[in-house]
Order: sequence, then C-alpha cells, then structure tokens
Amino acid sequence: MTASDTARARKVLSALFVGACALCVVLALVPLAFVLFFVVSQGVQSLNVDFFTHNPRPVGEPGGGMANAIVGTLMLTGLAAAMAVPIGILSGVYLAEYRGSRFASAVRFAADTLNGVPSIVIGVFAYAIVVLPFRHFSTLAGGFALGVMMIPIIARTTEELLLLVPNALREGALALGATRARAVFTVIVPAALPGIITGVVLALARIAGETAPLLFTSFNNRFFSTSLSQPISSITVQVFTYAISPYEDWHRQAWAGALVLVSIVLVCSMAARYAAARVASIRGR
Amino acid sequence: MNPPLVKVRVRGAEADLHDPAPAAHIETLKIDVEHLSFFYGEKRALEDISIQIRPNVVTAFIGPSGCGKSTFLRTLNRMNDIIPGARVEGRVCVDGQDIYRPGVDVVAVRRKVGMVFQKSNPFPKSIFENIAYGLRINKLTSNRSEMAARVEESLHQAALWDEVKDRLHESALALSGGQQQRLCIARALAVRPDILLMDEPASALDPIATQRIEELIYQLKAKFTIVIVTHNMQQAARVSDFTAFFWLGRLVEFERTDKMFTAPSEKLTEDYLTGRFG
Amino acid sequence: MRSSDFGFRVGVGAFAAALLLIVVGIAITLANDSWLSIQKFGLGFWGTSNWDPVAGEFGAFPFIWGTLYSSVLALLMATPVALGIAVFISELCPNALRAPLIFLTELLAAIPSIVYGLWGIFVLVPAVRAVETAMPEWLRVLPLFSGPPLGVGMFAAALILAVMVVPFTSAIAREVLRTVPASQREAAFALGATRFEAIRAAMFYARTGIVGAVMLGFGRALGETMAVTMVIGNNPQVSLSLFAPQYTMAAVIANEFTEAADALYLSALIEIGLVLFVITLFVNLLSRGLIWSMARQASPKAAALVPRGAEA
Repeated sequence: MTASDTARARKVLSALFVGACALCVVLALVPLAFVLFFVVSQGVQSLNVDFFTHNPRPVGEPGGGMANAIVGTLMLTGLAAAMAVPIGILSGVYLAEYRGSRFASAVRFAADTLNGVPSIVIGVFAYAIVVLPFRHFSTLAGGFALGVMMIPIIARTTEELLLLVPNALREGALALGATRARAVFTVIVPAALPGIITGVVLALARIAGETAPLLFTSFNNRFFSTSLSQPISSITVQVFTYAISPYEDWHRQAWAGALVLVSIVLVCSMAARYAAARVASIRGR
Repeated sequence: MNPPLVKVRVRGAEADLHDPAPAAHIETLKIDVEHLSFFYGEKRALEDISIQIRPNVVTAFIGPSGCGKSTFLRTLNRMNDIIPGARVEGRVCVDGQDIYRPGVDVVAVRRKVGMVFQKSNPFPKSIFENIAYGLRINKLTSNRSEMAARVEESLHQAALWDEVKDRLHESALALSGGQQQRLCIARALAVRPDILLMDEPASALDPIATQRIEELIYQLKAKFTIVIVTHNMQQAARVSDFTAFFWLGRLVEFERTDKMFTAPSEKLTEDYLTGRFG
Repeated sequence: MRSSDFGFRVGVGAFAAALLLIVVGIAITLANDSWLSIQKFGLGFWGTSNWDPVAGEFGAFPFIWGTLYSSVLALLMATPVALGIAVFISELCPNALRAPLIFLTELLAAIPSIVYGLWGIFVLVPAVRAVETAMPEWLRVLPLFSGPPLGVGMFAAALILAVMVVPFTSAIAREVLRTVPASQREAAFALGATRFEAIRAAMFYARTGIVGAVMLGFGRALGETMAVTMVIGNNPQVSLSLFAPQYTMAAVIANEFTEAADALYLSALIEIGLVLFVITLFVNLLSRGLIWSMARQASPKAAALVPRGAEA
C-alpha cells in the first residue's frame, strides 16, 4: 500500500467513525420518539374531564377515571417532600460547609450509595419500617419510601449549588460578625436558592414517576381516600394495575395515566431549565 | 554605533550568524507567509502578516502576552483548524505549497510541520509507546525492529536516550518535567518533520532543564527548521538566528537576531526590548 | 469555635446523620428480616432452581440468572450506542446542536420506568413477537432462539433495559471525556492524527472513567423493576433462549411480595432483596471508584466530579 493509500484509508475510517457516532444518536432518539408518540397518541384519546374527576369503576365496567390516583400521587409526593426537603437541604448545607471533615465524607458516601439502591429495595425497607409495625399499608409508608429516595438527590444537588456560591460572599458575611448559622441561612442559601428550588422540583418530578417502592407500601385503593393511615392509590401503581389487566378500557386509561406522568416530567424539566437559564442571565454568568 | 541594548551571548563560538544568502529567493525559503490575517469569528487576531522563514535556522517570535505570537505559530501547521469559528486569509507556503489551499491534506501538513507545546503533554503510556504513536498512526514503519530503531533515533536526537534507554517501557508520566518535554520533542521528531514549531517549550521548566532544551535547539537546527515562541527576550537572543517581534496581532519587525537586539529599526521594538512595556 | 457555631454544626450535622442512619438501617433491616430464610436454606437457596412457594420450595437461582442475563445483554447493546452518543456530543457535534441533544438524552432518562413498561407491553412485545415468528426454522433450532414466539421474554427485557441504560452511561461518559485535558488531543493532532485517531487517544486517556460509566449503567440495569417485569414474562425458569419468559430478582419481589402469606415466603423474598442490595452496592462502588481514580489522574479538582450514582 502506498503512503497516499494509507492516508486515504485513515480518512475514510475517520469519516466512518463520525458517521457511526451520529448513527448512535439517531438510534437512541428513535425509541424516545416512539415512546412519546404512542403515549401521546394513545393517551390523548382517553384524556377527558371524567379522567380527572371520577374514581375507578368496579372491575370490568367501562368508564371512570383516576381522580383518586391523582390525589394520591399529590399526597405521596407532598409527604415525601415534607420529609426530604428539610433533611436534604440541611444535609447539603453540612456537606458544603464542612467539606473536608470525615463525617462529611461518610455522609457523602452514604448519599451516593443511597442514590444507587434499587427503588424496589427501598420499598422493602419502607415496608419493614412503616408497614409491618402497623400491620397495614398506608399513605405514610408510601410517602416515607419516596422521601428516602428524595433525600440523597436533594442533598447532593444542594451541596453542589452551595459550593458554587462565591467564597467572597461567605467571607463578607462572617467578616461583618455574622455567626456561621446566620451567614449560611441569610446569605449563602438564599444565593443558591433558585438552583435549590429547581433541584427540588426535578427530584419531585422523578419520584412522582416511581412505582416499585409504592407497590407494597401505599399499595392501592379503589376508592377515594385522603387518610394517611390507609392505603392510597397513585397514578403509577394504577397504570401498572390497568396495564397488566385484561380489560381494553383499563388499557386506554393506562395510556392516559402515562400521558399525565410524561407531561409532569416534561413540564418540570423544561420549567427547571428555563428557571436555570433565567437565573444565569440575571446573574450575568 | 549604539551600544547593545541586551547582552547577546551565543552558544558555540562557531555559530555563524553571517547571512548566508542575499535577499532570499522563494526557493530557499522554508515557510513563506503572505498577508496572513486570522479571525476568531468576527474578531481579528492577526493582521496582514508577511514573513519569510529560512531553512535550518532558528527563528524566534517575541512580543508581550496577547500579541498573537502563539496564534500565528499555530497557523503554520493548521492547528487553529480545531477551533470553531477560526478563519484564515492569505497564504502560508511551506516549500512553495500553500497549506491553506482547498483540498490540502492537513494530516500530511502536520507531519511535515511538527509542534511541541508549552506544557509537556505525553500520553499516559510508556516512553516507547509515546514516541511510536506518530509512527503507528501514520504507518511509517513496517515492522517492530524498524520502529524500535526509529524510536531510538528520535530519543538520540532529543538528547534523552541515555537517560531512558533502560526504561523504555515504563510510564512516560514518571519522568521529570524537563525529561517529559524532551520526550515530547522526541515524539514530534519521530515522524521526521522538516519544521519544528515550539510554543514556549521551556517556560514551565527550571533553569537547568531550560538550558538543556536550549542546547538541544541549537543541535537540532542542523537538520530541522525551528520556529520558537518565547516570552523571554534573553532566551530569544541566546537561541535564535532571526527574531520577529509581534505586537497587538501585527508583525512589527523581523530581523537577524544580533541586529534586532543591538539596533532595532522600529521604536516600538526598542521600547519592548528595553522594558518600557510588556 | 463559638458556641453558636458549634450548635449550628451539631444541629445541621444531625440532619446529615439521617443519611448514614438510613443506609445502615437498610442493611440491618434487610439482613434481619431475611435471617429466617438464610437460616433455613443457607447457600443452597441460590443454587437450586425450583421456586415453588406453595410447596414451600425456594430455589432462587433463576432470579440471579435472569437478572445477570438481562443486564449483561442490555449492556452489550447499550454500551456502544451510549459511547457513540457521548463522543458525538462532546467531540463531534456542531455547537448549536449540543444543548438540544443533551436535553433529549436527559429526557430519555427522565421517562418513568412504568411508562417504558406500558410501551413495552403494547408496542415492543408485539413487535418482538413478530420478529420471533418471522425467524427462519434453521435459526429457531439453536438454543438461543428456541421456544414458542410469545414476544415476552429475555430479549424484550434486555431491549427495554438497554434503552433505559443508554442515557445514564452516555451522560457519565460525556462528563468523563470532558475532563480529558485538551492538550492530549492537541498532541495527537500535531502528530498528524485524523479526528478518529485523536478521539481514540482521548478515550484511551479516559479509559478507567469510561469503564466506570459502563459499570454504572450495569448497576442501573440490575435494579430496574417495572419495565422489566412487564415484558419479561415472569417465569422462574433458567433458559439460554432469548425467547423464553424468565424472571429477575427485582421483578419477583415486585410481583410476589404482597402475596407472600407466610413468614418464610416473605423472608425468602427479602433475602433476594438483600442480595440485590449487596450486588448493586458493590457494582456502584466499583464504578464510582474507577471514575474517581480517572478524574484524579486528569486533575485533582476534577476528582470532585464523582456522579451521584445510578438512580434506580
């Protein structure tokens, strides 16, 4: 092979490689388009006012909706947030303020580990802690499971955001005689607040879509319920129940539920992105 | 006659700074740059530069930081192509061929015009593998023993052989800063370029390592054409035969080193050399 | 230290301690509640393949088999695609496309697993069934393709897992490639490398981090529950065939937990959960260690970039 042949072969190989990488991108976007297409086209047909205002009908009867499931998801995520936001944010504060300490390293390690635990295992944990002692499924158990999943996400996001706050702000506050607590809560956290809120919203969107940890904690409830100590329905578990059932009507409603879930995710991530961009442009970063 | 503005000490008494030929003909020029301008998007970084680099001499580019000397150096082997939004006007002729002509094989240009960077950047491989890299991708050798011979040749040329001959297969990252830089020089020399571009090659090194690099440059110019960017005027005076002074993206003066440092033609050059700015 | 600062540290530290408590709590709870099963069956639990809770027989090998088979297969399919995407976005992509592409790949990761499962049941499984039915006779004889073309089975599960794993591996690989110093690529270019060759040099530099990214995807696949259980067929059999319905550890817990009438059954399921916890813990630790060590090689500051772990 002459020198120019080798050179040409190398160029061809390089071009093929670039093409292959572009192909990979297409390959990944195809299922995305596919899934979104089906969810939207199938779900939109079954999305009506009834869906949002009625409870499920008895097994086999057509009609009805997912009102109880929607309320259930709201309650569960609300509970999870009530539990996870304070713990998560304060953990993040500790991780940022006392970065080098061994305790902080241990906590960080625990947070990353917890992030990697499969959600079904967290469901088992919540079952053992909340369901077993009280001997029945409950909204509290489901909220607890989701909360456990949310804490490490919020903690790490908060830590990263707090570290982005310029040290000059912290030093300025301390130099004026503020206590550590005051400096953190009145200067540093507010500086990072938009990002923290975005992080919380994104975490909420994520856990709203979780099913596995709810299967044996909040379980499911055919009826409308807002009791904390009774099982409660949720969009995700309801979609699962409907999907594996043999009833056409329930399948349609499952698609509608899926559409609601995907919309929540889409709206939250776009809102988060928009908020982040606005904050960046306001700050001039 | 003006007293020298800067003490010029030239390595090797037999150094011949006597201009070998009258006003250079095109054929004896190694690099001939004509009206080169360089743009980052809308911003013009280099303005209308014309310069003639002769073969087998050391040409130094000096100037205050931000004057464009590194940017210009990188146009000589089309390294600026990898920056998005970079645009070139004018011609850069290496051995008579414009390297910016459409259809030019950039890979071949970069083999012919090698480059050594400010901070040494060896690959995280063995010493041998670092030098063999250029040989491998350009398929310059056909068997293992030929490759080993080429690697040894490059290490000799870079004055590194004696120090590493017993540990060729150890990691290159274990070498000292000065040794790593000589390794990068050997790596660049392995593909047998005609021209070696060096972007502040000794700025990250201690004085002793710097001295070794400067000695190396002196030895290399017998076989290669060397263009070196340096922010250290004394280094330029020690090491180069010709010096080009850049300021704010323009070439202000290009002259034989001994003349530039004793009697520069431009006031700007004189001000820079005497330390009035930059 | 002022006393109020000390109070601050202790107060906030108490909340941070919750994280430690939870992780330790999970480990202890799982171990405690699976003790019954561990005592009764010992290691044989994992060696036998007969899962018959009604008869009181609990052989859990099919679940490990199913989990590993589906995850490894998913990894084989997902890794090249994920790395291709990472390379494209970080090295080859025109600037204008970069942000939208990143958004789209993150969207892939954000879709809830139940939605993938729903799509799996009604779209993917019939498609796989059609492919399986269309397969020529001479291929069907091989153990890899044997069995009736049901659609549900190992192949559908691996496919859906691959789709879900791609965005994770690609996001981490992208971050890892970003920490490769530009000087490495420049050195390659200056020696006359083509684009492919220069990217190869960068990927070589980042190799431990890339392996870490792949392992993170593996950890993600191991723990995935809903999408898998909806398309894998939920049959505790050990089979090499891509067509055969099988079962994974996460899926059996999801399906049978609420039906576990007696303490032993429940304990067996929790033991499966314990092993799943330990395996994913190990894989995630290994992957984070790899990524961290690579980041440290590139620059000490980049070592802070250890990802938050696979989100199950």
